[in-house]
Amino acid sequence: MPYAGRLTLYFFLTPVLLWLFLLIVIPHIDLFVISMQVENDDGDMVWSLLNYQAFFEEKIYWMTFVRTALYAILTTLLTFIITFPVAFYITKVLSIKYSGFFTILLLVPFWVSELVRIYGWMILLRESGVFNHFLLQLGLIDVPIEMLYNDISMVMGLVYTSMLFMVVPLISSLEGLDDSLIEAAYDLGASKPVIFAKIVIPYILPGITSGSIVVFMLTLGNYLTPNLMGGKNSLWFTEQIYNEFIASFNWNQGAAFGFLLLVLSTFIIWLGLKLTRQNLSRALS
Amino acid sequence: MSEYDLEVENLVRDFAAFRAVDHVNFKVEKGSFFSILGPSGCGKTTLLRMIAGFLEPNAGDIRIRNESVLGVPPNLRPVNLIFQHLSLFPMMDVKENISFGLKRRKIPQSTIDKQVDSILERVGLPEYGQKKINQLSGGQKQRVAIARALVLEPSILLLDEPLGALDLKLREQMKIELKKLQQQVGTTFVYITHDQSEALVMSDQVAVMDKGAFEQIDTPKNLYAHPKTGFVANFIGENNSFDATVSSSDPFRVKINSDMEFNARAMTGLSTGAECQLYIRPESIVINPLQNEPMNKFSVTVKNVLFDGANTKLLATIGDTGQEIMAALPQDKRFDHIQPGERLNVGVYDDACTCF
Repeated sequence: MPYAGRLTLYFFLTPVLLWLFLLIVIPHIDLFVISMQVENDDGDMVWSLLNYQAFFEEKIYWMTFVRTALYAILTTLLTFIITFPVAFYITKVLSIKYSGFFTILLLVPFWVSELVRIYGWMILLRESGVFNHFLLQLGLIDVPIEMLYNDISMVMGLVYTSMLFMVVPLISSLEGLDDSLIEAAYDLGASKPVIFAKIVIPYILPGITSGSIVVFMLTLGNYLTPNLMGGKNSLWFTEQIYNEFIASFNWNQGAAFGFLLLVLSTFIIWLGLKLTRQNLSRALS
Repeated sequence: MSEYDLEVENLVRDFAAFRAVDHVNFKVEKGSFFSILGPSGCGKTTLLRMIAGFLEPNAGDIRIRNESVLGVPPNLRPVNLIFQHLSLFPMMDVKENISFGLKRRKIPQSTIDKQVDSILERVGLPEYGQKKINQLSGGQKQRVAIARALVLEPSILLLDEPLGALDLKLREQMKIELKKLQQQVGTTFVYITHDQSEALVMSDQVAVMDKGAFEQIDTPKNLYAHPKTGFVANFIGENNSFDATVSSSDPFRVKINSDMEFNARAMTGLSTGAECQLYIRPESIVINPLQNEPMNKFSVTVKNVLFDGANTKLLATIGDTGQEIMAALPQDKRFDHIQPGERLNVGVYDDACTCF
């Protein structure tokens, strides 16, 4: 490579490498080091696996961990099931004239912060909220129902927060699907369910994968929504991490939990890619 | 038992106020190659999509092997369509593409394998089953698309300008290959195109379509030699056209300006004084005709020689009028001396001048 070319390469690569190294690699190394240490009786830090041991011995920790993973997977699935028809409708059914307008309509809620959106839901769902008000007025119920602070409201909030990140990759991969492929399959004798299963889904699989990865990771690492919309029993693993760092001031335990969450998300994404025979670089390209 | 695979009767299709297909009637004989030729937007694709089942007509009937297919969805019609851009499934390999239709019919896998192998053999692509679609060349994709449809043994194979995306050389080659393949398999082909050479070379019958209606259905040779309307005369092959006035009806003579008169052939009832169009094919113009040959003779001034190998043309103006005329210039060394600015005597036989 000529000298000038190499210089340009370094010039553009340096910020990326600095960012990766300073903000991701170094903190994680530090986090890992902290997670492998505990305070002994003398107040000194010593190497130990006690933090990780605590995780496996204390039922509440790993139960929360498994719960978080399962609910994150469920949220990803629900987000796909809800957004796929929307994306399909916008790209394949609506005329091009309106599809841009509808895409913008989908984006509008995401112009306000997640916190504001969640409070919006809370205003609708709480005991003295809008829904209860109308149900009482209509005489359908006599006593207000508490619709917030349970697993259902939490998952609903998570799905709502994640929808954008699923619908955008779905729309872009559906736009790449030529309508004539669908017609060709129809012409060759395929029924509509077969067209979906054999043509549409395989074609947009990279889009589904990238959307799912983003939604899954955002959900797994979400703190706000489970905290505000989930109930006392709807513990999320990020809340455990928060508790260790802020409430118990046990950074070593918190760091170990943080690392376990990282391992968990990596493992589940790897498993998902293996199961659908996908390639990470292809899915994200 | 009729010998027609496809019968279309009074077919009409409207898009809002626009009539895309206007009372079209035709019959396609079993095993023949039928083309529908027309300019872009003439309604030929709409017509084809109605036969394939993607659109329902507003009126009229479509019968395939004597049975009306109105209301039958595309996946249940005994026809298959080759799409303009072929629409091979990119996530499947060649074999999966071809067996897609067979699998829908719940045929055992061993039979499917045999049929796929034999159709690949037939289109000249044996051993290509495991190839990915993006590994194929344009011509190979074409053949896979045809194999994918033919393996289902349709009553009729519909083709929607499948050669349009190919480059010129390959298109010429595929034209001949398609014709051969059609003769070999004996399936009825209905082919739509805006390229007259494709239609003329391959077809047994050609329908010329304009503004939603058929102008003429005939053999390629008759379309060229005996066009029934001005549109066909203009659209098939090249033609010089002139605004003319009928100066006498027996013998039929037309004037294209105050002092140029032609003996011509009236294709429709034209009476003296009527306005008409005079068509003269470039290749019917004879350069330096013999003195005593009975033909329309006139002199032209050469403006340009448009060299194009065997299709070389002469662009000239008639007499001193400035009206342009094209003449074919045979490349047999006799006329190599012709230079722009030169004055030439030319002639054209009476029945090569057609009037509408």
